Amino acid sequence: MKTIYILWLRQLKRYYRSKSRMIGSLAQPLLFLVSLGYGFGHVYQQAGQGSYMNFLAPGIIAMSIIFSAIFMGMEIIWDRQFGFLKETLVAPVSRLNIMIGRTLGGATVATMQGIIVFFVSMLAGFTPYSWAMVPFAFLVMILVAIMFTALGTMVASFIDDMHGFQMIMNFLVMPLFFMSGALFPLEGVPPVIATIARFDPLSYGVDAFRTLLINTSHFGIGLDILVLSVITFVFLTLGGYFFSKIQI
Amino acid sequence: MANIIEVKNLTKKFKDLIAVDNISFDVKKGEIFGFLGPNGAGKSTTIKMLTTLLSPTSGEINLNGHNPVHEANAVRHSFGIVFQDPSLDDELTAYENMEFHGVLYNLPKKLRRKKIEELLKFVELWDRRDSLVKQYSGGMKRRLEIARGLMHSPKILFLDEPTLGLDPQTRNHMWKYLQEHNKSEGITVFFTTHYMEEAERNAQRIAIIDHGKIIASGTSDDLKKQTNKTSLEDAFLELTGDNIREEEGSSLDKIRTMRRRWTGNRR
Repeated sequence: MKTIYILWLRQLKRYYRSKSRMIGSLAQPLLFLVSLGYGFGHVYQQAGQGSYMNFLAPGIIAMSIIFSAIFMGMEIIWDRQFGFLKETLVAPVSRLNIMIGRTLGGATVATMQGIIVFFVSMLAGFTPYSWAMVPFAFLVMILVAIMFTALGTMVASFIDDMHGFQMIMNFLVMPLFFMSGALFPLEGVPPVIATIARFDPLSYGVDAFRTLLINTSHFGIGLDILVLSVITFVFLTLGGYFFSKIQI
Repeated sequence: MANIIEVKNLTKKFKDLIAVDNISFDVKKGEIFGFLGPNGAGKSTTIKMLTTLLSPTSGEINLNGHNPVHEANAVRHSFGIVFQDPSLDDELTAYENMEFHGVLYNLPKKLRRKKIEELLKFVELWDRRDSLVKQYSGGMKRRLEIARGLMHSPKILFLDEPTLGLDPQTRNHMWKYLQEHNKSEGITVFFTTHYMEEAERNAQRIAIIDHGKIIASGTSDDLKKQTNKTSLEDAFLELTGDNIREEEGSSLDKIRTMRRRWTGNRR
């Protein structure tokens, strides 16, 4: 337990201390929110769909969570290159505990990012339909954050330099984000897109956020939570397995 | 004296390469042992196997009575290590790095506090304990790593090229701490270096490894006598030949270059 706590604490301290990263990771969601939110708002409204800002905000919250969670998980690559990982791996601690501590730390940071983006989008004009549902949305954020931090850890176990990181961003994270329906409604899209979205775990995160924040649902909250929980469990197990196989 | 490290017929194969080829050696309890060899000879691979980071392809290791493969945690409690590359968290303070280590090694809070103070004073970093490690010089980082390696009172301290890139002052200080600790606590020191003079001055016994095989061992005087040379450097060159060893640039080197470009080289 103490091991998990100290690893968790370390992630938080690192996050808190690197202000540039904190600001940098907020700039991107903000840019999306402002450009797309205001840019398409008018067209969206004319199509009779209501406020695009309200529709978009849950998607952008999901985006900030997936980006920071994957990044936090993949931080193992840095730790590996700069040696700190060795310090933890020669310590008399089980690899599983190291992985859990890191993942919880990363997920906490990613959740905080999501919550910050939630409030930032309120400044941009987003309003949740019911404040009573907001705490539940925060809980789902934790789940989504754990899921993608574990995925980041898993992926990082295969990669040994930062070039690989760019690959993952372009070929895994970007598609997961753009295909999830974070930016557009999944109703009425061509069947190919709909099918891809159905296999994208982030779709269920976005959908759960929309259900809880603006009371619109595509898959239904029950299915959302079920899929998210199962996938999180799978990623955690695989992440733990591959992390335990890392050789320096 | 009893042996604290016993290695028998140890071999490590990577895909197309035999990094360590059937080596055997012993290190006595309380000894300062130098493990020398040219680049790529198998030093770091051997240390990784001794410290549970790599599992051997074949052969036996016994470290403080335990087997690194089957009793990894008992072995991990027995040694401290200073790696070839810094392994500190730059974003944490010196104190936090020590605290982190103490928690991982399960030292109770009171003992942890006491040890941190004692060791940071020992390596003369107590005044700078609350500075972030990224503000430290290379020499300070090394000293901090030594303090950290000693924190859980290990029986053996491994040092993989600990003095690389340090000025003579820092080097001297570092060896002074190590010698002191060796005398007062009886800790066994196992180190690698490329500075022959350092090995000559500090190691009670030396083993020389080349192309994965141990080609000579004994005291510095033994090796000089064996090769009929007056310095250990000459003896070393006589034994290992004077060809330059080409090591393939690892991804680590590439990353370091990248990082240097980004951060203006702090290491």
